[in-house]
Amino acid sequence: MTDLDTKTTVRSHPSTGQAPPSWGWLRWAWRNLTSMRTAVVLLALLALAAIPGSLFPQRNVASDPAAVINYTRDNPRISPWLDRMGMFDVYASPWFAAIYVLLLISMTGCVLPRSRRLWQSVRSDPPPAPRNLARLEGHRTWETTREPAEVIAAAVAYLRSNGFRVVATGKEVRAERGYLREVGNLAFHLSLLVFLVGIAAGKLVGFEGRVAVAEGGTFANDVSQYDAFSPSAWTDVDNLEPVSFSLEQFDVSYQTSGPNMGQPTEFAAMLAYRAGGGEEQTITVEPNHPLDVNETKFFLTGNGYAPVVTVRDGRGQVVSTGPVLFLPLDTDNASEGVIKVPDAQPTQLAFEGLFLPTAAVGPQGPYSMFPDALDPQLVLTAYTGDLGLGDGVPQSVFTLDKDQLNQVRRNGQPITQALSVGETMKLPGGQGTLTFDRVSRFANFQIAHDPGKEITLVAAVVLLVGLTTSLVIRRRRLWVRVRGAEGGESRIEVARYSLTRREPPRDEIEELVTALGGAAPSPAPSKESSA
Amino acid sequence: MIPDEQTLAQLSDRLVYSAIAVYALAMLAYAAETAGRVAGVSRIAGAGTVGTAVTGPHDRSRLLGAVATSLTVLAFLLNLGGVVTRGLAAGRAPWGNMYEFVLVCALAAGAAYLAFLSRRPVRAFGVWVVAIVLLALGLAVTVLYTPAGDLVPVLDSYWLVIHVAAAITAGGVFTVGAVATALYLVRHRQERRSTGDAPKGRYAASLPSTRTLEQVAHTAHIFAFPIWTFAVIAGAIWAENSWGRYWGWDPKETWAFITWVFYAAHLHAQATAGWRGVRASWFALAGYAAFLFNFFGVNLWITGLHSYAGV
Ligand code: HEM
Repeated sequence: MTDLDTKTTVRSHPSTGQAPPSWGWLRWAWRNLTSMRTAVVLLALLALAAIPGSLFPQRNVASDPAAVINYTRDNPRISPWLDRMGMFDVYASPWFAAIYVLLLISMTGCVLPRSRRLWQSVRSDPPPAPRNLARLEGHRTWETTREPAEVIAAAVAYLRSNGFRVVATGKEVRAERGYLREVGNLAFHLSLLVFLVGIAAGKLVGFEGRVAVAEGGTFANDVSQYDAFSPSAWTDVDNLEPVSFSLEQFDVSYQTSGPNMGQPTEFAAMLAYRAGGGEEQTITVEPNHPLDVNETKFFLTGNGYAPVVTVRDGRGQVVSTGPVLFLPLDTDNASEGVIKVPDAQPTQLAFEGLFLPTAAVGPQGPYSMFPDALDPQLVLTAYTGDLGLGDGVPQSVFTLDKDQLNQVRRNGQPITQALSVGETMKLPGGQGTLTFDRVSRFANFQIAHDPGKEITLVAAVVLLVGLTTSLVIRRRRLWVRVRGAEGGESRIEVARYSLTRREPPRDEIEELVTALGGAAPSPAPSKESSA
Repeated sequence: MIPDEQTLAQLSDRLVYSAIAVYALAMLAYAAETAGRVAGVSRIAGAGTVGTAVTGPHDRSRLLGAVATSLTVLAFLLNLGGVVTRGLAAGRAPWGNMYEFVLVCALAAGAAYLAFLSRRPVRAFGVWVVAIVLLALGLAVTVLYTPAGDLVPVLDSYWLVIHVAAAITAGGVFTVGAVATALYLVRHRQERRSTGDAPKGRYAASLPSTRTLEQVAHTAHIFAFPIWTFAVIAGAIWAENSWGRYWGWDPKETWAFITWVFYAAHLHAQATAGWRGVRASWFALAGYAAFLFNFFGVNLWITGLHSYAGV
């Protein structure tokens, strides 16, 4: 058993000594908190506590910002309860934090004393051999005519050259090797603390945001320009990195043949950007290749189509022109979107429908056959009336509030029209027109700033190196004892004790025995029948 | 002349099918060998001794075992060929979608088993490891099949290559660790319940000793755990490169974390008096279950950023 086991098996109870009782309880609590058993229990709890976060939608998880809202709408009964228990924000919930904070305290309380013991054992000599060596693993004994002193000297030389720390008395050699294992273990555990510091730094002053920019559109790094912005507690939102850019061009290519036809092969966003007061520069942003300005990074994370349309109202005046973002619905980029024209007179106008990059008509209606814009069409229905923008309730740009809108009909039938580029939809009764000017695209950018990242990375590297060291290196003690036997011969005993669970190198003892001129190895340790 | 991509892709598919066929034969041979071994145990027990030593008339069983192992080696090589030709056909590292993940993971499990077999008496694992590999490959060709091709741009990163390679290797070794752990539990129960010369559980009695099983499991876990740790870190670096955050509690990341923590709990339990052995084993199995869930459950049922890794 290792020294660590003996420590943890001691189940101490409140001391009834001179110390006031409260001290005893504290000590008892501390001992329990820093015991290995507690570590196991807390680790298991941590694993279990992480599970609900993967089953319920989470706030602040980038993949789908609307997930929690949708879930709450679909499950109105249990959602409030789940919310109260933190199920939509598991990794920021107090109970999750409680587990890892306890774990880190427990770990520190466990590992620091252990490192003190390591320090002591490195400075002191390997311990003397136990009385009964025969009980230990790999025990070998034989008789020799060589002088004891000579054997001891040979053992010392051999073990030293094999990296052992060696101490010899007149009768025995004590050797130990693999101290580095403990150093690795220590480095590994303590790096977890550094790790947390790095995460905390990011969580306290970093931020994450998203924005969609159409070709020709611009973005300046200011909170007001983001579609979504999640600051941390201490983010200096008024002093974001001064950057602005325009999306000059956005290219996508798709495989046009083969088994994976339609799969994208390239996304490239050409940006003209200006950092601080500097010159304008250009850069191509691609997946895995962000624009990086002083650790504020702009990642290309998605894209879609933004058909450019011009709308004229009942008076014949242009009341809206430019690209409109349509959200992709499927892998062939059939996209849906909404065009709102609040300035139209005499009545406000709205259009809703699909953008099909490569349009086709099937039994289910119009669809897109291919994700690239080979035969683009806009399929729209029109509305007139009140868009409901005046009542102050914020609206999504991707949905229509149809409460006070009337669908435009001809002969009692709602009209739906498919437009190719250049074509115009005329609303009956001279209420207005919409022209599909051309196709353009938009790009989604994810913007992130995490100043703790470097610390976390360093901690991760130390963690990995420490862990590997502590698992690979096997700490063990070896003893060689020489005793005079009858007839002027000496009896040599060799044995080993492992301080790690993994078996030390198998041949180590045989090689030592051979080096000391011992008998040929005994028949290989009985192999189990190859069951 | 270099064969064209189409030919290579076809060759890869054929090699995988051949590997499945040969693994099936290997499993049958291992099963027959196991049956012989179990019968041997009861015969010896009938004669009044308990033990795992099988001698005399059981040469046939031993021969079957040797045949099974040879078949396994052959099937492993076919699997390897399938993976290599697949990589040549696609012109990239052959682990870009779930079909390919499973091919490579099966390969890693086969390699881990054969590596252990060359230094430990673990032929009793054969039937289980081969069965799992067979199941995985069967699933791959039926449910998960994807034609060879390029990667979607976000997956086109060398961190991905490193991350996935590490995760898959760890997975293969964890598989052998899980088999050893499960058999350890079976064997442990049998050793505890049988006293004297009335062995209970003839199958369990035919297994290697708990000591051997525990050592194999421990070696597997200790080998795979740092690789898994590395895989998680590499994954975080990749995520940072493509999404700007190294950790976002995406379901895939969450389950990688759960797997890691369960295995950490296992390693701790193995060093805790009173938990070592049986109790600690359950943590290792929980870790493996989390790994499997991440591999299949999350990819197929839970959507997240990673889901476009492609089924
Ligand atoms: C914060 C979460 C923790 C994680 C992720 C963790 C992880 C690990 C891992 C993976 C190992 C195996 C590596 C090795 O054997 O050197 C290990 C070993 C060890 N851990 Fe932890 N640990 C944590 C907390 C703790 C705590 C709270 C304690 C003390 C109560 C502790 C004490 C130890 C000790 C003593 C070993 C060496 C075991 C041995 O001798 O084999 N650890 N830890």
